[in-house]
Amino acid sequence: MIKVTDITKTYQSGDVAFQALKGVSFSINDGEFIAIMGPSGSGKSTLMHILGCLDTPTAGTYFLDHKDVSKLSDDELADIRRDKIGFVFQSFNLLPRTTALRNVMIPLIYANEPEEKREKDARAALAAAGLDERYFSHKSNQLSGGQIQRVAIARALVNNPTMILADEPTGNLDSRTGEIVLGTFQRLNEALGRTIILITHEPEVAEHADRIIIIRDGVIVSDTKNHHKRKANII
Amino acid sequence: MTIRDILHETYGALAANKVRTGLTMLGIIIGISSVIAMVAIGNGAQSSIQSSIQSIGSNLVIITPGAQKSFGGPSQGRGSAQTLTVDDGKAVQSQVSSISGIAFDVTAREQVVAAGTNTNTTITGTTPSYTTVRNVQVSDGAFFADSDVATSNKVAVIGPTVVTDLFSDGSEPVGQQIRVNGAIYTVIGVTVSKGGSGFNNADDSIYIPYTTAQHYLTGNQYLSEIDVSAATAADTTQVQNDITTLLLARHNISDPTKADFSTLNQSDIIATASSVTGTFTILLGAVAGISLLVGGIGIMNMMLTTVTERTREIGLRKAIGAKKSDINTQFLIEAIMLTVVGGIIGVILGWGISFLVTKLGIIQSTVSMSSVLLAFGVSALIGIVFGYYPARRAANLNPIDALRFE
Repeated sequence: MIKVTDITKTYQSGDVAFQALKGVSFSINDGEFIAIMGPSGSGKSTLMHILGCLDTPTAGTYFLDHKDVSKLSDDELADIRRDKIGFVFQSFNLLPRTTALRNVMIPLIYANEPEEKREKDARAALAAAGLDERYFSHKSNQLSGGQIQRVAIARALVNNPTMILADEPTGNLDSRTGEIVLGTFQRLNEALGRTIILITHEPEVAEHADRIIIIRDGVIVSDTKNHHKRKANII
Repeated sequence: MTIRDILHETYGALAANKVRTGLTMLGIIIGISSVIAMVAIGNGAQSSIQSSIQSIGSNLVIITPGAQKSFGGPSQGRGSAQTLTVDDGKAVQSQVSSISGIAFDVTAREQVVAAGTNTNTTITGTTPSYTTVRNVQVSDGAFFADSDVATSNKVAVIGPTVVTDLFSDGSEPVGQQIRVNGAIYTVIGVTVSKGGSGFNNADDSIYIPYTTAQHYLTGNQYLSEIDVSAATAADTTQVQNDITTLLLARHNISDPTKADFSTLNQSDIIATASSVTGTFTILLGAVAGISLLVGGIGIMNMMLTTVTERTREIGLRKAIGAKKSDINTQFLIEAIMLTVVGGIIGVILGWGISFLVTKLGIIQSTVSMSSVLLAFGVSALIGIVFGYYPARRAANLNPIDALRFE
């Protein structure tokens, strides 16, 4: 459950202040699949950083699971990220020189989970993200772009987060692999009830979600249910 | 994160660029091994110099005559004067306390002739107590006795160098006869080699009773040296002072600066030599310490490069839940791991070098446990000191900036 109210973010650079977000409010229920869409410079990256607890808003409130996370310290934010948010980035998703399995275990290591639980959960998450078991012990540089994104999705899943935040997850992939990744998100959302927030600038990608928020110049210009949800075309 | 996890991550990071890790570690390895080897060699030199000083006698106080002075004429140099008599020696023996031995010496340099060969060597006329006072041992035959001294017997104990010079054909020297300055002496013993070289070589000497030397070589009643052995090392200074006082009184000299003899205290020589070699060791250690510092800076350099290179990795780790302290610990442990592993290799290498130096007979080096512990502690400390700044820099990276970093 996410509720943001009147969020603003101002960047100060010398004497010049730049307002990236000018009062944004919305709420997201558990189990939703939302796309936040906007051109570059629209403030969507800033919004994503705040939603992902990588940054705090200048003003306004952000309730994540009924807890106000808008005024937390760096280390408290790190705890929130570890326990409640799963990230999938556009690129550089995995630690180099590290196996797929270990990559997925990293959040659990930081959470001080016991070793047996880590491995069990990581294997389950990799399976849920659809990675073939023979790739589990491959190092990140031995995996294809699609496989890397699956490992990243598994890592985002493994700590049972409130939401999975995907920042342009298909940006570096060819359209066929992109479809597979989007299909994975849809399956996780529909079959496992995962809350997914997809940040993108591509309308075709956004159309895979149930609800689309369009942001421009720091304000929400539309927040509508997507009546033409595109089913990912997995061959 | 458990220690196991941290070590796992650290190993992965260090193994990723083995050449760079190895080269960085090399700085620490060279630093630590040179500290250990240099200190070991310095200590070895110190104990070797001490033992060679110790070998000339135990708790020795040496009395030599002053310079021969004639009005207006040239000085003959210290030791040349005829101021020490046998009576002086006997007075020292009877009146100075804490003396464990005393030997009277008369030295001369003479041509020595044996069957078909000859050599020029030092003739030391002395007393049987010379063996204990000056640490001379006899390997073959025996040293002459007090009775030989009393009757001025023409018997000789010869050093191993003289044996080589005179009896190179391998014949048994004991029982043979040698001729010195026209008189014939019977060889009754050979001394054990003490090593050493130069003018004061105990191996290149012939020992005869001092009375014989006075009768047949110098022709007078004077002594060229009196060797006194104090009972303990702590007594040497007192013995030296008592001797000076006694001889000044006997020679009717009131101003000690005008003394016609001089005394030399073995403890002083050892103390001086020790302080010289000690300074030398500190100097060597300091030079090695500088190389250790340079090695430490190498570690910092590598860690800073690593932090820049792995900015995105740090951002990713932070995004998925790493706290500042997690990142800080990880990078600090990496630096410490580098220096500690380098330190271990350095200790082994330094040990090896000093072992080799000993094995090759260059110097009897001794690796002290304290220098190993110190080197090890210093290397860990260098890891902490030079790893601290890069680790902090990594920990303070903003995850957003780090993720965007290209």
